[in-house]
Amino acid sequence: MSDATLPANITAAKPVGRFESPAGRALQNLLERPSAVIGLAIILLFALMAIFAPYVAPYDPIATSWSLVRKAPSSSHWFGTDDLGRDIMSRIIFGTRASLLAGVISISIAISIGVPLGLLAGYRGGFIDALISRITDAMLACPALILAIALAAFLGPSLTNAMIAIGITATPIFIRLTRGQAINVKVENYIEAAEAIGNSSVRIALRHVLPNVIPALLVQITLSIAAAIIAEAALSFLGLGQQPPAPSWGSMLNSAQRFLVSAPWMAFWPGLSIFLIVMSFNLLGDGLRDALDPREQ
Amino acid sequence: MKIRTLTGVTAALLLLSGVQAMAQTTLKIGLAEDPDILDPSLGRSYVGRIVFASFCDKLFDIDEKLNVVPQLALSYTTGDDGKEVAIKLRPNVKFNDGEPFDAEAAKFSLDRHVTLPTSFRKPELAALERVEVVDPLTIKLVLKQPFSPLISQLTDRAGMMVSPKAAKEAGDKFGLKPVCVGPYKFVERVPQDRIVFEKSQDYWNKDNVFIDKIIYLPIVDATVRLANLKSGGLDLLERLLATDIKDVRSDSRLKLSTALELGYQGVTLNVGNDKAKGPMSQSAKVREAFDLSIDRAALNQVVFNGEFVPGNQWINPEHPYYQKKYPVQGRDVAKAKALLKEAGVTTPITVDFMVPKGAETEAVAQVIQSMTAETGFDMKIRLTEFATSLKQGEAGEYQAYLIGWSGRTDPDGNSYIFFKTKAPQNNTGFSDAEADKLLDDARLTSEAPTRKAIYEKLAGIILRERPIVYIYHRRILIAHTAKLEGYKQMPDGLVRVMGLKLK
Amino acid sequence: MLSFLGRRLLQMIPTLFFVSVLIFSLQQLLPGDPALVMAGEERDPEIIARIRAEYHFDEPLPIQYIYWMKGVLTGDLGESLRIKVPVLDLIRQKLPVTLQLATMAIIISLLIGIPAGIISAVKKGTAWDYGANAFALWGISTPNFWLGIMLIFIFSIQLGWLPASGYVSLREDWQASLASTILPAFVLGNAIAAIFMRHTRSAMLEVMESDYIRTARAKGASERKVILAHALRNALTPVITLGALELGTLLSGAVLTEQIFSIPGFGKLIVDAVFNRDYAVVQGVVLVTATTYITLNLIADILYVMVNPRLRN
Repeated sequence: MSDATLPANITAAKPVGRFESPAGRALQNLLERPSAVIGLAIILLFALMAIFAPYVAPYDPIATSWSLVRKAPSSSHWFGTDDLGRDIMSRIIFGTRASLLAGVISISIAISIGVPLGLLAGYRGGFIDALISRITDAMLACPALILAIALAAFLGPSLTNAMIAIGITATPIFIRLTRGQAINVKVENYIEAAEAIGNSSVRIALRHVLPNVIPALLVQITLSIAAAIIAEAALSFLGLGQQPPAPSWGSMLNSAQRFLVSAPWMAFWPGLSIFLIVMSFNLLGDGLRDALDPREQ
Repeated sequence: MKIRTLTGVTAALLLLSGVQAMAQTTLKIGLAEDPDILDPSLGRSYVGRIVFASFCDKLFDIDEKLNVVPQLALSYTTGDDGKEVAIKLRPNVKFNDGEPFDAEAAKFSLDRHVTLPTSFRKPELAALERVEVVDPLTIKLVLKQPFSPLISQLTDRAGMMVSPKAAKEAGDKFGLKPVCVGPYKFVERVPQDRIVFEKSQDYWNKDNVFIDKIIYLPIVDATVRLANLKSGGLDLLERLLATDIKDVRSDSRLKLSTALELGYQGVTLNVGNDKAKGPMSQSAKVREAFDLSIDRAALNQVVFNGEFVPGNQWINPEHPYYQKKYPVQGRDVAKAKALLKEAGVTTPITVDFMVPKGAETEAVAQVIQSMTAETGFDMKIRLTEFATSLKQGEAGEYQAYLIGWSGRTDPDGNSYIFFKTKAPQNNTGFSDAEADKLLDDARLTSEAPTRKAIYEKLAGIILRERPIVYIYHRRILIAHTAKLEGYKQMPDGLVRVMGLKLK
Repeated sequence: MLSFLGRRLLQMIPTLFFVSVLIFSLQQLLPGDPALVMAGEERDPEIIARIRAEYHFDEPLPIQYIYWMKGVLTGDLGESLRIKVPVLDLIRQKLPVTLQLATMAIIISLLIGIPAGIISAVKKGTAWDYGANAFALWGISTPNFWLGIMLIFIFSIQLGWLPASGYVSLREDWQASLASTILPAFVLGNAIAAIFMRHTRSAMLEVMESDYIRTARAKGASERKVILAHALRNALTPVITLGALELGTLLSGAVLTEQIFSIPGFGKLIVDAVFNRDYAVVQGVVLVTATTYITLNLIADILYVMVNPRLRN
């Protein structure tokens, strides 16, 4: 898993005084960037494929057929068949679910733990900050994939547990990001004013600090989803994710390894799919960064 | 762009650096895993045994018909009561550190197998009471009770001899710099990278050793291992994938050597320790239905291109002890469904199916799942990594477990520890008093026909109760360069290096 | 400056403590019994019990942790259960391998990432921008295990230019060494090129629009000189500190790549040890690499602060 950290200009972004909604302008900026549009379009396409999989897929993804083992792409099986005679195209389509879910859910877990902890650490400071920061540093110092493997092995092999494992290993980045923004923002006058009035910390955190974190958060979310999808593929590749016969692009790559020379289509399609969707999230993320860049406002 | 240029330049440099005239011949062998410790008493892995074959001779060896032949021992005689075995040793033999091999050294090695605190050879030599030195070339093994598989134990690690001098100095670190009697002697080991041996000048049979150096290279990925063989990075590899056989056969630079394995692959069923008390564990009829739902020939065809051999007993169909009375049965879904009805169970029957991860095992598991689904079994595959599966297998936390056994030459080695009540590898919880007696009786006599008759009765029980459903036997698949001459594959899977020549 | 350094050094202690607790607990929580794994096919309850006793597996976790930490603090990281080699020896053997791989990977990623970042920044908003962007992102979007297998297929099997796997040390034969590491280094470097691209791009953009550059322009220097001389020099600084950080990540992160290419580095060592339940190896190696990573982080921060005194607080 890459640690997709952000450059200095985002983490040190100038805080917005009042909560002007730059959403409209940001969206406009985003759509002006072709690469981001392509990324968004591909993601939507995959999302639709995942939702409507039973209607789109030509065959049952787990239906085996002993006579159709490892057949090359043909008119009846556009992507060919795998080592147990299953239609690869159908498995790719259904496998979209595993990949997208892995990306979205694991990062949702990461945000739901990371953002509150980051706000707490950044806003409160002091001992709590020190404790959270040191634990975050410790987690970031360990190789993420090893943490994920150990967690997934501990929780037991399943897609759900893989998502939890990836989510936990993705949390430190969000803690750090949120904390950084919170620290920048908390010294602003309007915060002190709100405190003086007697607003509760939680209220201040939610109403004033959080909205300023969101731009950077959005960018990081797309980048982390990209990394999470790759991590799920890696875990499934190692047998710790989606259990057979349910399809997952990572486990499809695992079975394809033995047949690289004799049936290269088994490896090609899952690899391409992972590449497209991860690339799309990355393009979207880069586009968002540009669009939300204060200089562009 | 820059990367490609760099690659091209590197490739050009490699070509230009030229072919050095090699006075030394080196055999590079690719292993599927990195071996564990190279100490005959502490080793416990299959790959380890492959490496031992080049540097650590045993008292006896086997030929391809599984007959016992001399290696460091010339002959043996068993006393009338079966409790004493006298072994005559080969004269004029030296360890690779120059120390003489004699009865004292043999006694030392056998004692070490039994007394070293964490020695894994203890259960294999459990019947041994003591070793006596009769004369410098004869030892006598005194047993607690007759134990016919003893000699076959001595054809494996339990029969390996270590240099007393080196072993005394190193203690349990002997495996880091092992010294035995062998055609090659240990030079160095870089964990996960390579193990290097060179020809021993002290070996008793060194005139039949033609290659100067052997290097073992662990390469986990089978595709990469084969790529190395094709590119010349390896001269021989073990555990070729069945699905790559066609590739090797069609490549004129490579040759394939095979033998049918001594072990088996199958589904172990939790009959005695199933906490959930599912239908599989409670009824032998359900297990029979499961067995009848599997089309072994089709499974072999789909996963292994038909290269392996379907089986139904703990020994392969070509083994002298195979019971022809119980041949491999075909698939019969109708009968299977009828059996389920007889047993009074409702479908679908959910079965927790523990499958250690590995490309081929996963494919087999999915085929079994698909085939048995028709009868009404819902096999829930749970991919488990090896370490966890060992633990859960022992604790009975599974209902079906796809696991094999690498196999031993004596049929006792494939059955006793799995079927005897409370034996160490008896994960199924199987317990049958009659089977226990048969297992023990088979150990008391060395007469082959008697033993075979005993095992026939045992087969009857096992094949009726089905604590293990045997499915297939693998072929040992060794691929090597056509430049290697004189290689023959034995059923125990070891890579023997005597008499090999590299053109 | 000194107080900054002092504060940061002090912070390392609790961080390392948490690292040790984290990696220790994760290993111990893994299901499975290391004694059983060690036994493999041979199963004798007596021997397994003896293994457990020798390595303190039966004792409560906090006690086992103390045993381990006591060893660590006296320089004894334990030994591999599987092959009985001291962990420190394993680390010493594999450090040059991993270091070589990591260095080559960083060089490759710089060669891809920095030019891509420059082009993307200078030609912002044009097809060059998107192209360079996509080019650098390609690496981070491809699963490295898949890319590795594909590269072996093309360069080893089909073309026969490079060895499929294995490692030759630099000292032994520098040409063969480069040949054996170029593919895995490319796979690794490819994946982090995007990070350098992004940083170069945004750092350059920031500088290009700053007062500094406006002043330089006003002085009449030609456009090209302005961009290259000033923006680049200032843009490279964060990239240098990033390099230090990525080196730390690479030191332990090449887990799957090393597996596929059979490179005997840290990544392969750790992942094999996790699956073999070789606790001491995982704990020892991760502790060492984590310490390295944290130290590199510190050095990077110091460099950054030295350049930007305003950030000392």
